[in-house]
Amino acid sequence: MTTRPPIAMLAELTHRCPLACPYCSNPVDLARQESELDTDAWRDVFRQAADLGVLQLHLSGGEPATRRDLEELVQAARDAGLYTNLITSGIGLTERRLRALDNAGLDHIQLSLQGTTPEMADEIGGYAGGYRRKMMVAEWIGQIGFPLTLNAVLHRRNLHQLPRALEMAVEMGARRIEVATVQFHGWALKNRDALMPTRAQAEEATRIVTEARARLKGTLVIDYVPADYHSDYPKRCMGGWGSTGLNVAPDGTVLPCHAAQTIPHLRFDNLRDKPLSEIWYKGTAFNAYRGTGWMPEPCASCDRKEVDFGGCRCQSMALAGDAAATDPVCVKSPHHSDLQSRAAAHATAADAPLIYRSVPGRATEPAE
Amino acid sequence: MSPADIPALPRGVRLHWDRVRETWVLLAPERTVTLDAVAHAILSELDGIRSLGEITETLAAKYHAPPEQIAADSAGFLGALHARRFLDLR
Repeated sequence: MTTRPPIAMLAELTHRCPLACPYCSNPVDLARQESELDTDAWRDVFRQAADLGVLQLHLSGGEPATRRDLEELVQAARDAGLYTNLITSGIGLTERRLRALDNAGLDHIQLSLQGTTPEMADEIGGYAGGYRRKMMVAEWIGQIGFPLTLNAVLHRRNLHQLPRALEMAVEMGARRIEVATVQFHGWALKNRDALMPTRAQAEEATRIVTEARARLKGTLVIDYVPADYHSDYPKRCMGGWGSTGLNVAPDGTVLPCHAAQTIPHLRFDNLRDKPLSEIWYKGTAFNAYRGTGWMPEPCASCDRKEVDFGGCRCQSMALAGDAAATDPVCVKSPHHSDLQSRAAAHATAADAPLIYRSVPGRATEPAE
Repeated sequence: MSPADIPALPRGVRLHWDRVRETWVLLAPERTVTLDAVAHAILSELDGIRSLGEITETLAAKYHAPPEQIAADSAGFLGALHARRFLDLR
């Protein structure tokens, strides 16, 4: 099997974030601020990534705007020849900073949406005034002319707001909306009782998306991540493990996906010790589930094995206790029917409280 | 799409030489489109001034090909870019 160069890199600049979304994709063990790579280290990572073949850079977090050097980092990424996409909640961005990001060459912004009303958005984000601030940021984005994608994260509490989210994307002048039903990794795994959509909600969302795609053709592109637990086939996670993308954590750890650290037997390399190219091509974590050779049955003889690569390794770990097992979302998994009944139970749990994501520790606090 | 339409790449969509894979690509928000020689030739002509008809004529003359063939070759590709909002039409 020949390993091809990666196309995309997700740079998690920090785990710090003013919001506390209960479905945050950051690991439950958050990286401390003083462990973050500094400006020069990131600059070097961007150059290495471009040399390796990365074309698309996603600047993420936590909230990337909490990095004071964000403008410098965008400039460095553009200098390296990368397409730069900022994934942000908007909090921490001012009109002045957005203009500086424009001057630095930022290509595109993906703005998250926690809800379509201040009540919903601020409750889910755990941050009072966040929605109002975000709407101001959206307006500045429009004035400057940045291409915009709205990323609406949907779950049982706010799925009824999907039609309004689509309208808002059009009003904001977004070219694209990502309708992302919550995927249960990281903090979301703790919140399945509060966030799991019902099957009826999932079906209604699919109907709304199908109708809106036809109605808004040429105006708004709709990318849709359906409710995973209610599906019959798993998602093509990361386009295949170690095939197209990689993730750099705030401290320089290089991961095949943002949740990979939940697979306990994997060992991850760090950019402080090894070059990116060596990590991508030779790292044991990247090679663990690359291609199809690692697959057991029923994946090994399945005609979909190169369609979805057996689904999500982290989900198999979390739900079946084995990262190499077929993703339990798949109808061919022996855990599938159990997953469906668990999903139904989560979806009908009496209103469970939201468990918010915490903030990364600081050096002044005792280590756990 | 009609010959009178004036196609242009919107902000955030740009041609890029991929030096590692040695090919031209179109970089767009969270998407990369690998371009063959024909696709690259078409996109290189877009200037936001000339119409699709004029661009087809230019390419036909440049590559000694019938304009109808150029138009047929480019219609599907440009239509797909437009549907993804990677191409503006005026």
